Amino acid sequence: MSIPLADLVTILPELLVVFTACVLLVLDPITPASKKYFLAWMCFGTLVVCFFVTAAGMGEKTFAFGNMVVVDSYASFWKLLLYLVSGLTILLSIGYLKEEKIELAEFYGFIMLSLTGMMIMVSGTDLLVIYLGIELMSISLYIMAGFKRFEAKSIEASAKYFILGAFSSGILLYGISLLFGVAGSTNLAEISTAVTARGLNDPLVMISMMLLIVGFGFKVGAVPFHMWIPDVYQGAPTTATVFMAVASKAASFAAFLRVLLEGFGGVKPNWSGLILGMCVLTLILGNLVAIVQTNIKRMLAYSSIAHAGYALIGVVVAGWMGTEAGVASRGVSSIMLYLAIYSFMTMGAFAVVAILRRGGIEGEELDDFTGLAKRHKGAAFLMMLFMISLAGIPPTAGFIGKFYLLMAAVDAGLTWLAVLGLIFAAVSAFYYLRVVMVMYMREPSSDQELETHLALSPTATVVLACAVAGVVFLGIYPGPLVSVATSSAIPLP
Amino acid sequence: MTDMAVSSGGFPWITLVVFLPLVGVIAIVLAKEELAKWIGFAASSVVLLVSLPLWGLFNETTSAMQFVEKHQWIASPSINYAVGVDGISLPLVLLTTFLTPLCVLVSWTSIKTRIREFMISLLVMETATLGVFVSLDFVLFYIFWETMLIPMYLLIGVWGGENRVYAAIKFFLYTLAGSVLLLVAIIVIFFSSGENTFDILTLSQAAYSPTLQAWLFWAFFAAFAVKVPMFPFHTWLPDAHVEAPTAGSVILASVLLKMGTYGFLRFTLPMLPDATVTFTPIIVTLSVIAIIYGAYMAFAQSDLKKLIAYSSVSHMGFVTLGIFALNAQGIEGAILQMVNHGITTGGLFLCVGIIYERTHSREISDNSGLAKPMPCYATFLVIFALSSVGLPGMNSFVGEFLVLIGTFMWSKLAATLAALGVILAAAYILWMLQRVVYGVPAQHMLSKLHDMNPREIGLLLPLVGFVFWIGLYPKPLLDVMHASVENLIQQEVRVMTVETPGQDSLESYVLTDSSSFASGREALAR
Repeated sequence: MSIPLADLVTILPELLVVFTACVLLVLDPITPASKKYFLAWMCFGTLVVCFFVTAAGMGEKTFAFGNMVVVDSYASFWKLLLYLVSGLTILLSIGYLKEEKIELAEFYGFIMLSLTGMMIMVSGTDLLVIYLGIELMSISLYIMAGFKRFEAKSIEASAKYFILGAFSSGILLYGISLLFGVAGSTNLAEISTAVTARGLNDPLVMISMMLLIVGFGFKVGAVPFHMWIPDVYQGAPTTATVFMAVASKAASFAAFLRVLLEGFGGVKPNWSGLILGMCVLTLILGNLVAIVQTNIKRMLAYSSIAHAGYALIGVVVAGWMGTEAGVASRGVSSIMLYLAIYSFMTMGAFAVVAILRRGGIEGEELDDFTGLAKRHKGAAFLMMLFMISLAGIPPTAGFIGKFYLLMAAVDAGLTWLAVLGLIFAAVSAFYYLRVVMVMYMREPSSDQELETHLALSPTATVVLACAVAGVVFLGIYPGPLVSVATSSAIPLP
Repeated sequence: MTDMAVSSGGFPWITLVVFLPLVGVIAIVLAKEELAKWIGFAASSVVLLVSLPLWGLFNETTSAMQFVEKHQWIASPSINYAVGVDGISLPLVLLTTFLTPLCVLVSWTSIKTRIREFMISLLVMETATLGVFVSLDFVLFYIFWETMLIPMYLLIGVWGGENRVYAAIKFFLYTLAGSVLLLVAIIVIFFSSGENTFDILTLSQAAYSPTLQAWLFWAFFAAFAVKVPMFPFHTWLPDAHVEAPTAGSVILASVLLKMGTYGFLRFTLPMLPDATVTFTPIIVTLSVIAIIYGAYMAFAQSDLKKLIAYSSVSHMGFVTLGIFALNAQGIEGAILQMVNHGITTGGLFLCVGIIYERTHSREISDNSGLAKPMPCYATFLVIFALSSVGLPGMNSFVGEFLVLIGTFMWSKLAATLAALGVILAAAYILWMLQRVVYGVPAQHMLSKLHDMNPREIGLLLPLVGFVFWIGLYPKPLLDVMHASVENLIQQEVRVMTVETPGQDSLESYVLTDSSSFASGREALAR
């Protein structure tokens, strides 16, 4: 069996990324410890090339491998975001891994492998392909979570993530096999035809769809499938956490949306209610539990759950009955916009946590931020900016993201959901501002005052600069990103 | 659009005024810490100077927006950068640009730590508040409205008194929670107007169903009433005022509270006329309660700042009362009272700040008998206090008088009860004066009671000038707002006449009153 060249060209970025990962694993043993960062730059370079390749093909729609993979604007949008996030994670890791004394080049290799999985997820139009992508992404992440292998917490995170992740993958696979029974195929287009023919409230379709929703709900971290997030985010190395919180969440949402809209677009009433329930629970629980956290990484973990709740508002809109295609696609594009903005601000917040990590200081407890504004003005100011943005207060990007989601919700007639979302945005301001309060309104203790330096490598500076630029620029001038997101949303019937 | 807006004639006056403070911020970031307050003062003074031509070039004969600038900002949905002023916002813009340099001056020696950050917060605050008053696009308005929270949160929380963290977070959460519904209301209005625009003037022309108006009314109310603050949403105010540094208190009382009443004038009245007329009795009741309750609470305070804070609740009750009297006298009185309250309460807070710097106490018992050791200070304090009481010849008299006339035409009972507030104000203010100015000085404080220095006199003098100018000759200020207020009234009159068909007398009643009002105004001016 031969593979047509055209198909390979279509997935050129995926091939480049996975090839780099393999080369890296070969080069790693023969690279001296002091030169490991060369390998990081090699990965970064590959991502830059991929970025241009994908950006150049933006707007086209190409199927490959017998309609199992598609490269359309929707996939390209997510891929561009994923390159960006992966690139920034690599830059942030260079200094962080050194500080943590786990300077192993495999870490970059796993980022690349995980990224390959994500790219397959966003491009897959066949449930099995998507499933393969999810597994490649997840297995790499399990390992990254346990990368601080001398620390019990990190091992615990890895094991927990692995067990729960395997469980959810199993559920997902079970749903896929039931659907195969329904449609005789795992291709989304054929599933859509079969499901639509069976009509609403068909028991077999309902069960398989619920299993899929549970599986994806776990991956995006929606309540009640969120249990793994706080422990894993807290225990994993900070740069692995940020990669999970941003990249894996974005890719999972992308695949989730595609499966729901392209596979189950004909039976929207079957799932929109379920998603609505998940969305409301996620908003409430994520925000309320974040209030009581004293560890920043744990707090950001719950905040990432809450933000998944906001993104789910867009999914509800896309599937709400009686909404016109225009409104539904506004729901889709607002999720894309939201997650892009979310990536910048979460990246920034975790980057500040990462540069506070040095020597014996974790930089992860809220107390470690006490009086930061006196010790490190710049770091404190940036953290304040990211917190304000996460709370959705203008003129930062976080406001724009929320604004478009709420517009979509009101347009679909879900005004009460918009009100609920905003009420919990006000609740979230409480815990985000507590970080600001601790930094600006408390005096540093005497031994904290002695710490004068930050683990601020030049590459971490670049990451922070990118995050700030994103948060500020997208807050003030979101127009270009809005139009890109609008034009790359999945075309809806 | 041409009948509603007059372009700026090419020169972006408003943009310049709104964003010049940010230029100051950049300069402060780049310069040395020692220069921060000089740059802060220079920047805010330049803003004041640049804002003066707005007054000079303003055309009083039209109710249209002036100095309008409009540029597309986001294409879909259509959000514009649109700014402009009319007779309602112009006085508030000038009040803001006028008070900010004074806030810098009063902080000159009292702020000792993180001066750079303090000045930055103050200037960002100025940009945000000016932006609120000039925005002609609803989303732009909301962005400025919310942006204001952050610098104010920092002003209270970083440079405030002992209980500052609690006060700061309380202020933040109260106002944020209030604004939440406003954002949803903005989006709902966008979709239900069918105009596909956030343009405030266009949205004001559109008609909304009475049921929708009722919902929107309460959504707007939540945001604006917290800011004013109206009873029973006022509990953040005493905490915030007491804990904030002097400059923060002045900004809070003089400018920030006006954002709420401005919101009522700019959005609630023109966009939701039916709901406004329907719910007026409730608002009037709350206003009267605020007037009396605020005054009553002020009686009980032994802390000077708390006393002024509660008097603010009472005075702002007059403003909301005037607005919802829905006639020219009431509304013009309310706008005038907004400016007056800014000047008078600003002056009083500056006075408290000046004495606090000396005695480090805000308690009346620690600060009594100041007439002898500090005669100059006592004079200023008495002037502002009497202005707050509403003594004829001083600014508040004119405003409160107009509000009471307006209310009287709406409801005699409400006017009578509100007048009771004036009497209570006289009582608590005079009692405070008696103790602070004429009491026996506390012995341990005597050595600290040195009189005001030229800087302090210099910053209070202009305020005294305004107290008497508005008190004796308010005509220029009233003329500026007249056309815009008249335009606003027309909208409400239309509703009132539609709602009560057959009662032709109602329209003539309001109109006659506003024409007879003109002669009354001239009589006042004389």
